[in-house]
Amino acid sequence: MSSSLAIERDNIRKLFPDTFNQARKSRIKGQIIFFLILIYLIIGFFTLDVVDIPKKWKPQNAAMFVLDTYAHKDHVTMKWENPDDIKIAFEGNYRSVYGRDNLDKSIPEWFYKNSDNIGNVIEFNNEGKAILYKDRVEIVNFPKYERDFTIKLNTNGKPYVVGSENLAKDDLKGFRITENRVEFRPTLHERVQVYPKKVEIHRYSIGWKYFWFDFSSPLEPYSFFEALGLTFSKERVVPEMSNLKLFLTEIKDNEAFMHGRVWWAMLETIVMAVLGTMFATVMALPLSFLAAYNVTPIKALRFTLRRLFDTLRGIDFLIWSLIFLRAFGPGPFTGIFAIGFTDTGTLGKLYSEAIENTEKKQQEGVQSTGASKFLQHRFGIIPQILPIFVSQSLYYLESNTRGAVIIGAMGAGGIGLQFLGALGTGNDFENVAYMAILVLAVVIFMDRLSAWLRRILIGTDQLIVR
Amino acid sequence: MSKALPANLEQIEVNLKKLTNQRTRSSLLGIAILILVFFSGTLVSLEANAGSFGRGIANFFNYPRDLFIDTFEMGWKYWPRVVKYIPELITTLNIALFSTSIGFVLAVIFAIFSSRNLIRNKRVIQFTKFFMDVTRSFPTLIIAMVFLYLMGKSSLPAVIAITIHTAGALGKLFTEAIENCDGKPIEGLSSVGATWTQKIRFSVLPQVLPLFLSYGILRLEINVRESTILGFVGAGGIGEMLAALIQWNYGADVLACMFLLVGTIIALDYLSAYWRHNLIGVNQ
Repeated sequence: MSSSLAIERDNIRKLFPDTFNQARKSRIKGQIIFFLILIYLIIGFFTLDVVDIPKKWKPQNAAMFVLDTYAHKDHVTMKWENPDDIKIAFEGNYRSVYGRDNLDKSIPEWFYKNSDNIGNVIEFNNEGKAILYKDRVEIVNFPKYERDFTIKLNTNGKPYVVGSENLAKDDLKGFRITENRVEFRPTLHERVQVYPKKVEIHRYSIGWKYFWFDFSSPLEPYSFFEALGLTFSKERVVPEMSNLKLFLTEIKDNEAFMHGRVWWAMLETIVMAVLGTMFATVMALPLSFLAAYNVTPIKALRFTLRRLFDTLRGIDFLIWSLIFLRAFGPGPFTGIFAIGFTDTGTLGKLYSEAIENTEKKQQEGVQSTGASKFLQHRFGIIPQILPIFVSQSLYYLESNTRGAVIIGAMGAGGIGLQFLGALGTGNDFENVAYMAILVLAVVIFMDRLSAWLRRILIGTDQLIVR
Repeated sequence: MSKALPANLEQIEVNLKKLTNQRTRSSLLGIAILILVFFSGTLVSLEANAGSFGRGIANFFNYPRDLFIDTFEMGWKYWPRVVKYIPELITTLNIALFSTSIGFVLAVIFAIFSSRNLIRNKRVIQFTKFFMDVTRSFPTLIIAMVFLYLMGKSSLPAVIAITIHTAGALGKLFTEAIENCDGKPIEGLSSVGATWTQKIRFSVLPQVLPLFLSYGILRLEINVRESTILGFVGAGGIGEMLAALIQWNYGADVLACMFLLVGTIIALDYLSAYWRHNLIGVNQ
C-alpha cells in the first residue's frame, strides 16, 4: 500500500517538477529566516544583558515592594536610655503616633503596657510575641520555633542573642546578626531589630489601613459605610460642618492616599486623551478629504498633505510633548496638543485611505440627480466612511489614554506624574499600587466604553479598517 | 399632494418622518454631549494648566527656533554630532526588536489558548483573555518604572515592559485572526485523523502567518517609539540621551537626536507599509 503511494508520489513529482521545487525552495527560505532570527535572538540576549537578570533581580527588594503594596505596618520604638517612653507609630510616621495626648487615639489592642517585671508585650498576627523589658527583649511563642530567645546588650553596648554560642545555625534561622544590629525576621510580617541605642519592631497587617479616612481624621473610628450612614444623622461629628461635607472633605484630603489629588490627576489624564482625540478628529476630517484623490484633483495639494501627515506622525508624541511642554508648561494643554498633533497625522492618513476606498457607485448615483460636488460628497461618500471614522477615532481614544499617562509622566502632569512621585519616595508603595490599579481600571473602562459606543453607533465593536 | 396618496403610502410617509425625526434627535443629542465634553474638558485644562493658553500659543515656536539657531551656529561641524548618537539609536532599536520578537512568540502561545476554535475548555479561554486584557492595559511606562526601581538602571526593564505589553496587544489581534480563519482545512485534517498540534501546524498556521507577521511588523514600529519613551525614564538608548541633552540645554544635540528619531520612525513607517503590502497585499 505504502509502496504504491510512493510510486504515485514519484509520478506526480515527475509531472509537476516546478511545483515541488518551489515548495522546497520556500521551505529552505523559511528555514534560513528562522535561523537568522534565532541568531539575532542570541545576540540580543547578550547585548541587552538578559543573562544578567538573575544578578540584577533582588528577591528581597521585590518581596519588600510587593509586601508594601498590600500590607501596612506599625512601628514600635523603644530607646534603651528611656525604656518607659515607647512610641507606636503608623508606618513610622511622626505625625501618626498612637496614644498621643492631643489626639483621641488609643493604644492599639495588640500592645499591652505593663509594669516592668512583666514587660510591655507586642503581639503579632501569628500569635508570636515580643516583650520589651528595661534591659532586654524577649521573643516568645513564635510558631515553628521550639525555644524562646532573649536579646541583650553586652558590656560594650552591642546587641547579642543570649546563649547563641550554644545554638546550631538551624535554630537561629530568621536571625541576622551583625556587629551593631540583631534582626529577627521569621517571616516578612514580623520584624524585630535591636540596635545599641534602640529597639525597633515592625508589625505588618494585610490591607490598606486609613484608605478612606486618614490617621488624624475625626471620622477615622468609623468604617466607610458607618461614616456614610452618619451623613444622614443630624448629630454633627464636628461642630463646624455638616456630616456630609465632613465625609467628602475627609476623603478628599486623606493624607495617606490623597484621593482628591489622585482623582484630579486622573481627570486631567482623561481630559488629555479625550480632547486630544477630539482635536485630532476635527483636524483630520477636512484634511483627509483634501488628501484623497477622488475628492481633490490637485496633485500637489494631495502630495503636500500626505507628507504633512507623515511628518506629524513621524515626530512622535514624545517630541511633540517636549515642544509643547516648553510652550504651555506642565498641564493638560501639553498632552492635548501632543496627542492631537500626532493623531492628526495618523487619523488623516487612515481617513484619506478610507475615502479613497469608497464605492464609486453611490457617488455617481447622487451625481445623476444633478447634485453639486459638495452634496455628492455629503451623500455619496460620508455615509460610507462615517462608521470607519467613528471606529478609528474611538479605537485611538483607548490607546491615547495610555499615551496620556506617559505624557504626564514626562512632565505634563496628571496621573503619570503622581505615579512617578509616589515611586520616587521609595516607601509609599501602597500608593503606587493604588494608582496602578486606578490606571488599569480607567484604561479598561475606556476600552469597554469605546467598544460599547462602536456597538451602538455602528453595530459592531470590531475595528473596521475598510 | 399627500391627499392623492393611498392610505398605506401615507403610513409610509408618517413612519419615514418618525424615523428621520428620531435620527435628527439622536444626532443632536450626540453633538450636544460632544460639546459638553469639550467645554468641561477645556475648563478642567484651564484650571489645571500652569501657564495660560494664550501665552502658550505665543511661545509655541520659541523652543524649536532656539534649537534651529543653535544648530545653524555650528555650521558644518554639526554632522559629526548626528553620527555620534547613532549607537544610542541602535540600542533603542535593539530593545524594540528583541522585545517584539519575544512578545510575538508569547502572543502566539496566548492566542492559541484563547481561540474558541482551537480550545474547547471555556475556563482556559476566559482566563487567557483576561490575562491578555491586563497585560495590554498597563501602560508600558508603569511596568518599566516599577522594574527600573527594583533592578536599577539598565535596558532590561524596558525589554520586560515592552515584551509584556506586546504579548497582550498582539495576542488579542492574533486571537481574532485565528477565530476568523477558515474552518474547512481544520475539518479536513480532522477527517484524516490529525493530532491537535498537526492541525495547528498544517491548517491554522499557514492561514494566519502572513497576518501575524503583518501585525508583528506594525507592533515593531510602535515599539520603537515605546522604547524611546522608556529611555526617557532611564532605560537607556537614545531616549535617555535626549532627556539628558534637554536638561543640559544642548540645543544642537537635542535637534540631532530628534532628527535621528524622526528619520528612523518615518523610514520604519514606509518600510513596514512596504513589507505588509508584500505579505498580505493591503496597506493596513
